[in-house]
Amino acid sequence: MPMDKRYRILVAKPGLDGHDRGAKVVARALRDAGFEVIYSGLHQTAEQIVEAAIQEDVDHIGLSILSGAHMTLVPKVLELLEQNQASDIKVTVGGIIPEEDGEELKKAGVVGVFGPGTPTDDLVDFLKSSLGVEE
Amino acid sequence: MEDAIGELIERLFKGDRRALARAISIVEDGAPGSSRIMSSIYGKCGGAHIIGFTGPPGAGKSTIVDRVARHLRKMDKTIGIVAVDPTSPFSGGAILGDRIRMHEIAMDPAIFIRSMGTRGHLGGLARATGDVIRLMDAFGKDYVLVETVGAGQSEVDIVESAHTTVIVEMPGLGDDIQAIKAGILEIGDLFVVNKADREGIDKTVAELGTMLDLREWKDKEWKPPIIPAVAKEDKGVAEAVEVIRQHMEYLTQSGKLDVIVTKRLVEDYHELTRDLLWEQVLKGSKATEVKRLEDEVRSKKKDPYSAAEELVKSFDQ
Ligand SMILES: Nc1nc2c(ncn2[C@@H]2O[C@H](COP(=O)(O)OP(=O)(O)O)[C@@H](O)[C@H]2O)c(=O)[nH]1
Ligand SMILES: [Mg+2]
Repeated sequence: MPMDKRYRILVAKPGLDGHDRGAKVVARALRDAGFEVIYSGLHQTAEQIVEAAIQEDVDHIGLSILSGAHMTLVPKVLELLEQNQASDIKVTVGGIIPEEDGEELKKAGVVGVFGPGTPTDDLVDFLKSSLGVEE
Repeated sequence: MEDAIGELIERLFKGDRRALARAISIVEDGAPGSSRIMSSIYGKCGGAHIIGFTGPPGAGKSTIVDRVARHLRKMDKTIGIVAVDPTSPFSGGAILGDRIRMHEIAMDPAIFIRSMGTRGHLGGLARATGDVIRLMDAFGKDYVLVETVGAGQSEVDIVESAHTTVIVEMPGLGDDIQAIKAGILEIGDLFVVNKADREGIDKTVAELGTMLDLREWKDKEWKPPIIPAVAKEDKGVAEAVEVIRQHMEYLTQSGKLDVIVTKRLVEDYHELTRDLLWEQVLKGSKATEVKRLEDEVRSKKKDPYSAAEELVKSFDQ
């Protein structure tokens, strides 16, 4: 059988804010870069995100958070991944994240933190190198 | 010696959902170990009732799958869901968004949901969808619900994989009921006309009925029922689930189930043999001949038929 590997990324929107325009733009950019994007929609709990990541066997999770709840949500996601022996799935956070929070999240294990204005090309490049995608 | 695939298969049989998720990826990617996984699980297949859901984009397939799953859970059944979305032909990437409609059931440990891109395969399913269904079947799911790509008329692949095919339609697709006719009428075991809260529902149901009546139905033959539904509000879903159950009863009692199952086993055997033989050819002594003829086809010096014939003849020499 011919090998046909695609990298899979879960794009999730935890928390209560109702804007997913940014997340959708990112999802489309990732699709156009050849990724399989599992888009799970708004208002996801940390538990739902990790369960979806496991069932979909994704290579990466991208969280879009605008509500300001990142310091509770993101560590929860990381903790649940660890509980499920799934810490090999790395996490990137996008949204309005103050710099010191970003640093703290990185210390906790998040591999990338991106502000709202980040060009999607930069995101794509970051993910490709983080996942070791060969072109 | 470390045997990662063997270990994975063992975990799969113990009911470890991470192992199922990983096994699906390996098989989907055609990665090393995929043949071994499939041959080890084959013997455990056959317990699941496989139900396909097809129909145009936006008709409500994902919503219905979600609702059907909830009804089946009330009967204490375990469920696997495979949702297929189109892969972009330009980038090879895809946005798989069917989970959006399945939040309520996503945390139920008896339900496992997997999204797939078509990865260039036509016909409404991905190449590996059949194997993913088998994996969920072997994992012990009572039901496997398969949502196909809603491309319109070409998603007939599902009948090859499902026991029961549900066609999801909705009113107001223009007066385009003709479009439904092509291929779809023959493959439906049940028609759900969703969005019955919208105008035009009676007309769509009636037209569908007329078209089904154009055929002659033999005594005791399964005539597909038409059920109006408002999936969003769970209306009509219990009826659909009951019809699905009756359809399985019909398949069992009429002996059709045995016929389908046997036919599929033989087809799988043929298909796998073809794949393996071709792999052997590519690795074997005629590999250069394969390449030479391929080049001639590419440069249009030979047509594909002559090239194939010449290749096969070369084995006699
Ligand atoms: N009016 C109405 N809308 C519905 C109904 N069922 C689903 N929808 C909506 O139709 C849209 C498409 O549904 P979805 O299940 O994603 O369709 P799919 O593309 O066939 O999977 C969503 O916005 C649903 O909320 C219904 O019974 N009535
Ligand atoms: Mg859908």
